[in-house]
Amino acid sequence: MLTKERYVDTFVELIRRASTELPPDVVLALQQGREREARGSLARQALVTILDNVDLAKAKSAPICQDTGTPVAWVSYPEGTSIRQLEAAMREAVKEATAKSYLRPNAVDTLTGKNTGDGSGRAIPFLHFEEWDEPKVEVRLILKGGGCENVGVQYKLPDTALQAGRDLEGVRRVVLDSVVQAQGKGCAPGVLGICIGGDRVSGFSESKCQLLRPLEDTNPVPELADLEARLMKDANELGIGPMGFGGQTTVLGIKVGVLDRLPASYFVTISYMCWADRRAAVSLDPEGVATWLN
Amino acid sequence: MAELRLPLAEEIVRDLEVGAGVELTGRMITGRDAAHKWLLEDFREEVAPFMEGSVIYHCGPVVRQADDGTYEFVAAGPTTSIREEPYQAEVIEKYGLRGVIGKGGMGLQTLAGLEKSGALYLHAVGGAAQVLAQAVKKVERVFMLEEFGVPEALWVIDVEKFPVMVTMDTRRGSLHTEVEDFSKQQLERLLAAPA
Repeated sequence: MLTKERYVDTFVELIRRASTELPPDVVLALQQGREREARGSLARQALVTILDNVDLAKAKSAPICQDTGTPVAWVSYPEGTSIRQLEAAMREAVKEATAKSYLRPNAVDTLTGKNTGDGSGRAIPFLHFEEWDEPKVEVRLILKGGGCENVGVQYKLPDTALQAGRDLEGVRRVVLDSVVQAQGKGCAPGVLGICIGGDRVSGFSESKCQLLRPLEDTNPVPELADLEARLMKDANELGIGPMGFGGQTTVLGIKVGVLDRLPASYFVTISYMCWADRRAAVSLDPEGVATWLN
Repeated sequence: MAELRLPLAEEIVRDLEVGAGVELTGRMITGRDAAHKWLLEDFREEVAPFMEGSVIYHCGPVVRQADDGTYEFVAAGPTTSIREEPYQAEVIEKYGLRGVIGKGGMGLQTLAGLEKSGALYLHAVGGAAQVLAQAVKKVERVFMLEEFGVPEALWVIDVEKFPVMVTMDTRRGSLHTEVEDFSKQQLERLLAAPA
């Protein structure tokens, strides 16, 4: 049965998985980066440490990074499901996961500066909901760290200084600028989720949603697939490297989505995800049986 | 990789240059945003002895408290250092720090402070919270836990072979400036290329 307790238990496990185990595609991309970097370089040393850390976190079932981020989830649910119950269950799960040290108490009252102590707060966790035709509930979770969230940015085209017009070449120019602005501060090598179009809210919503895509997938829109490939090549020629130590591995993935826009606006929104690209997903059938997804 | 024992002597610090790998053993203290502001509002005599000659670690750990009241670092990687740029040089001078551990590097004001006071910027690998927590052998005590909460409190810790890299030194050397300058040249080249 899909009771509240069933939801809470499943979501605690979902959070544990996200916080302590990296998805296989991310591990593979980090390994490929390590092999690419010169022996004895700081870049290679950083990636060796990162991969040691990934192994250790999984073995100890402990957080990969102490900044366990904002839990952001995309929930698809069948007609008749209570969104309020799902929201309450996720909030409960965040508190339990914090008590179990899968998460750090990571919510601070903005006005008083006091930590709420239990990991939950206003808009923490943050959930997106979508009703669908399937009978099951699917939850896709990311843990979005603060350091990388701080280097996220929204450009408004045209951008005169970067000579970026309202076309895909303009998009390429601002995206490369954002990577240079970020340097190693977002914990490079990162993954970029990008949205072209939309407004200031929907742009960031979609750019974060792009982070759910597996690194090895190909964009179904041919011109966006070309843009992603070109951006990967260019960004890795910037020489920023892991942690900003210099090197050839600056980004692990770049994923671009599109929303429609008003005639007056042309936003390019970039969400930067650190190398600790923590995501996990689960599907719950009407009987409450969980299937873990990648 | 050079093994160094905390507290550090000034001449050792002044000998180290950008690019050197270092393993630290001894006692250090954590402190981040709220701590840096607090350290400058007044001279905090109670924490000063734990800072003199040692290093401050920009870290907001995940901490577990055992039934006997003792604490353990569960995850303890560095946080972004640049937020402490307005405070860092003064904190170093006021408390006699020999170094700062963090990630992402710091600005010109801190770089000048490192030269003046004889201190280093030591980069830990961001996100490597397990590798670094393993090097934390003991939590000695904590300051301002109630007021600041777990991530922002000042934790006094004993570390063994804590791995860091010198990325800013006492001779105004900064790996971060080098990499940034190079990446800006590369960006110019890539933006000049045809679409």
